Amino acid sequence: MIRYIKNIFLGIYCLLQGMYISMLNMIRPKVTEKYPENRGRKEMMERFRGLLTMPHNEQNEHKCTACGICMINCPNGTIQVISRKEPDEATGKEKRVLDRHLYDLGSCTFCALCTIACPQDAIAWSPVFEHTVFTRNKLVKQLNREGSKLEVKTGKS
Amino acid sequence: MYSFTDITHWIDRLLRNSMTDGWTLFVEFILIGAVIMVAYALLALFLIYVERRVCAWFQCRIGPNRVGPWGLFQTGADMIKILLKELIRINRADRFLFRLASFMVIIGSICTFGALPFVKGLQAIDFNIGVFYLLAVSSLGVVGILLAGWSSNSKYTMIGAMRSGAQLISYELSCGLSLLAIVILSGTMQLSEIVAQQSEMWFIFKGHVPAVIAFVIYLIAGHAETNRGPFDLPEAESELTAGYHTEYSGIQFGFFYLAEYMNMFIIAAIASTMFLGGWMPLHIPGWEGFNRVMDYIPSFAWFLGKTGFCIFLALWVRWSFPRLRIDQLLNLEWKVLMPISLVNILLMAITVIL
Repeated sequence: MIRYIKNIFLGIYCLLQGMYISMLNMIRPKVTEKYPENRGRKEMMERFRGLLTMPHNEQNEHKCTACGICMINCPNGTIQVISRKEPDEATGKEKRVLDRHLYDLGSCTFCALCTIACPQDAIAWSPVFEHTVFTRNKLVKQLNREGSKLEVKTGKS
Repeated sequence: MYSFTDITHWIDRLLRNSMTDGWTLFVEFILIGAVIMVAYALLALFLIYVERRVCAWFQCRIGPNRVGPWGLFQTGADMIKILLKELIRINRADRFLFRLASFMVIIGSICTFGALPFVKGLQAIDFNIGVFYLLAVSSLGVVGILLAGWSSNSKYTMIGAMRSGAQLISYELSCGLSLLAIVILSGTMQLSEIVAQQSEMWFIFKGHVPAVIAFVIYLIAGHAETNRGPFDLPEAESELTAGYHTEYSGIQFGFFYLAEYMNMFIIAAIASTMFLGGWMPLHIPGWEGFNRVMDYIPSFAWFLGKTGFCIFLALWVRWSFPRLRIDQLLNLEWKVLMPISLVNILLMAITVIL
């Protein structure tokens, strides 16, 4: 009999505890983003992998030496590095120069093996996440800009 | 405090001047029926919206927020969708009973809804056995549920209906017993009289400990009667897909859905009428100024506020606790709630005599 009454009060106590916790959850501010309304205001996370980019400086120069390591590392052939030979001005020897760096967003899995492998840190992720287009071939992007060239390194490499 | 009897008497006089007594009565019946049904549907739609919103908050979501301001028209859009849906014919189902079941459920709930005292002077019918009527008619729903389970020719609905029958019939007992405690305290079963007696003090304060115990037991048992929350065994979706309304589609399913939500409202409304004073404002004997200030708040605000409080309690419980097993459910009723409410009635009788 005593255990019966004790059980009832214990049960009520436990239930009240559960209700207290669910009430805490209810008054907690919600973190859900309302997407189309906050378009443009929304800051994505710093490490978010949205789109592969090749950063260029003010003189329209990039760091890519067209070594092709990213192309080799890519597990599903997303990256295509097309290079050409050009005579170097200082030495006069033939040197490989980046012609086009093609990136197919449609087959990219955002594994980041290319950016990890890149010895020059020439490619990086940008947090842009709105990629919708109407045809598939618009997803193939050229990462280096028109007329850009290799950044000349100052000091020791 | 403003009484709505002025308006009703004015309408009555207007009708009586233009037609005979019999026709007046007929037109008034139709008017009241139409008003009650429209209020029923609108309240149910609003309640579904509230439920979805509150449930979302409990789960750290936002809830419906796209259709209309704050998503207010979401349930209206859902209703239009459900009206346009096809009514699927079930193979080898008992067609007559299958159709009848959804109407039985909603008739039981509308009949209960109609007898509630909403606002001062706004009560469709005031029986001298009001509490008895409420209990009797609200248990009509179980017939509909059993019919639905039996006639749909499906094992899920059958199991759901059997569970529902066991649950509703057993929880009806402690529901009735806890209301009986208030009937002992007030000495009447007439709802208007019960509300009027709470003008000095609500019964939950007036009745000391037994009234509080009766209130809690009524909330638990009433919650179990609406087939929701931790007591939703009849429609346990992980076991029985949707329980007794698995085979229903379109507006027939809509009837079950509406009835479920309105039963929640009805249970909350009965709890607020019997224990929290219905539309009666909060009066504390001796504080004349305070009482007069409270009288300025309109009576429908009091009624809806109290009912809303009880509904929120129901939602809170629903989204906090896991579902009971059938043996735990029946244990809770027969071994805990029943004995406590029986002892409670005794306690209440002693308090009333003293």
